[in-house]
Amino acid sequence: MADEPLVLGIETSCDETGVGLVRGTTLLADVIASSVDEHARYGGVVPEIASRAHLEAMVPTIERALADAKVAAADLDAVAVTAGPGLAGALLVGVSAAKAYAYALGKPLYGVNHLASHICVDQLEHGPLPQPTMALLVSGGHSSLLLAPDITRDVRPLGATIDDAAGEAFDKVARVLGLGFPGGPAIDRLAREGDPAAVRFPRGLTGPRDAPFDFSFSGLKTAVARWVETRRAAGETVPVADVAASFQEAVTDVLTRKAIKACKAEGVDHLMIGGGVAANSRLRAMAEERCADAGIVLRVPRPGLCTDNGAMVAALGAEMVARGRTPSALALPADSSLPVTEPHIPGEDHHHTHHHAGHHH
Amino acid sequence: MLLLALDTATPAVTAALHDGHGVLALAEETDARRHGELLMPAVDRALGEAGRGIGEVTAVVVGTGPGPYTGLRVGLATAAALGAALGVPVHGLGTLDAIAYATGLTEPFTVATDARRKEVYWARYADARTRLDGPGVAKAADLPPDVLALPAAGAGALLYRDAFRAVREDLPAHASAAALAALAAERLAAGLPLDAPHPQYLRRPDAKVPAGYKAVTRA
Ligand SMILES: [Zn+2]
Repeated sequence: MADEPLVLGIETSCDETGVGLVRGTTLLADVIASSVDEHARYGGVVPEIASRAHLEAMVPTIERALADAKVAAADLDAVAVTAGPGLAGALLVGVSAAKAYAYALGKPLYGVNHLASHICVDQLEHGPLPQPTMALLVSGGHSSLLLAPDITRDVRPLGATIDDAAGEAFDKVARVLGLGFPGGPAIDRLAREGDPAAVRFPRGLTGPRDAPFDFSFSGLKTAVARWVETRRAAGETVPVADVAASFQEAVTDVLTRKAIKACKAEGVDHLMIGGGVAANSRLRAMAEERCADAGIVLRVPRPGLCTDNGAMVAALGAEMVARGRTPSALALPADSSLPVTEPHIPGEDHHHTHHHAGHHH
Repeated sequence: MLLLALDTATPAVTAALHDGHGVLALAEETDARRHGELLMPAVDRALGEAGRGIGEVTAVVVGTGPGPYTGLRVGLATAAALGAALGVPVHGLGTLDAIAYATGLTEPFTVATDARRKEVYWARYADARTRLDGPGVAKAADLPPDVLALPAAGAGALLYRDAFRAVREDLPAHASAAALAALAAERLAAGLPLDAPHPQYLRRPDAKVPAGYKAVTRA
């Protein structure tokens, strides 16, 4: 619909410079410049390398997104940007560019939460999110179960990892197996040739007295390393594909089990899965199977929208505009530890509130 | 013309407007940890003081450092985005050159800013407009004796008084966008080139290639 808000979204919280354009819940452009290859030899994201790459890629990526969408910057209704959480120096490049665009164009600025954006992006794929939304967010930085009665202002954490994030465990196990960085795609690929039942690795925090919605992947990672090292020390060949498949099975088993338990506990009949690990094929297949068994509607965006991108930021920005939320101030900070309970950072209330003509939802 | 100048390569977060005849407005605050928050409000204040709108800006000039990276990038990202959104050219000028210009000196001198890690960013000048050496990054004590003997401006000189033997406290410690704007306007009027708006980092990023895989189960 032409009267829905047209929003530019900028994402620079980690190693991807992402710029997206959406109109309401319609994706118009999604451009990503990644510095992942520059980090591979270090076995992880190097913040300074990421920040330098963001600065170089920022404006060209914005220009490409505008060109892809065939949209003039002057027609934007707002500019949205990831204000946190993420790498401080990396966030600051996107926030600085977003402020400059918004100010130069005379448009409202929305500093939004990266995690809420990972949830909101599904609107571009499957239409408006039900309220409340139950979301499982799994990435290299986070593993959380979130209940969002209103993605623009009410997001409640039900549980989160108490040690490593799921994606972090993938990276570490990939390193143990000598598969390189990033580990997620490598393990996913290799696991297809392996037996997921070959080794029964531990399922962290699944005991009757454990926190029902928290996660722990550190013990699993150590168990995999110990199993592999024991074989290596004995001079045996390590069945790498079997280990990858068995490890992946343990992670996805715990994630889906707890997510479905959360849906049942809260009486929510659908589940949204987002974040980089949601691109994992086994997680998607297992979630589909278990949700179908439990009568829960599963919503997972296509893999390209699960990993970090600018479209997700634009999607949440468009929702902020549509719901008349207060824009951010020109003094918007980048907050590397922005809590998930703050979907955006509003400015002072007396600040000019931008109401768009096309209210919906 | 309406030239907007910004610099965030020193603890000063500074923005100024120049109309080709003189500086119309200067807005700045000094806080080495809040460049990102303070810069756009400073631009807004400078425009307000000059009674001009952002849409009237015809060119942007930004300090390219050297300076601590996170702050430096705020100015460069802001300048690049303003230029793209307004459809106006974006120029760069060395931050140490702007400090040198602000000294107004007609004799040889050194500019040194704080590069952290016990080092300074430095350059040597013949006069306020003429750079002879640098910019470089080094421990103050390791600079050539003749550089250390010159009158020295900048927070790096103030910080390492034991090395710089002729510190001039009366000269600017940080960059000012007013000087940056004036220097840029002067060069543009004279048909002299400005720099590309690219950061002068002078150091490689801190990143170590991890030493091979370490066993988890053994120490
Ligand atoms: Zn993410």
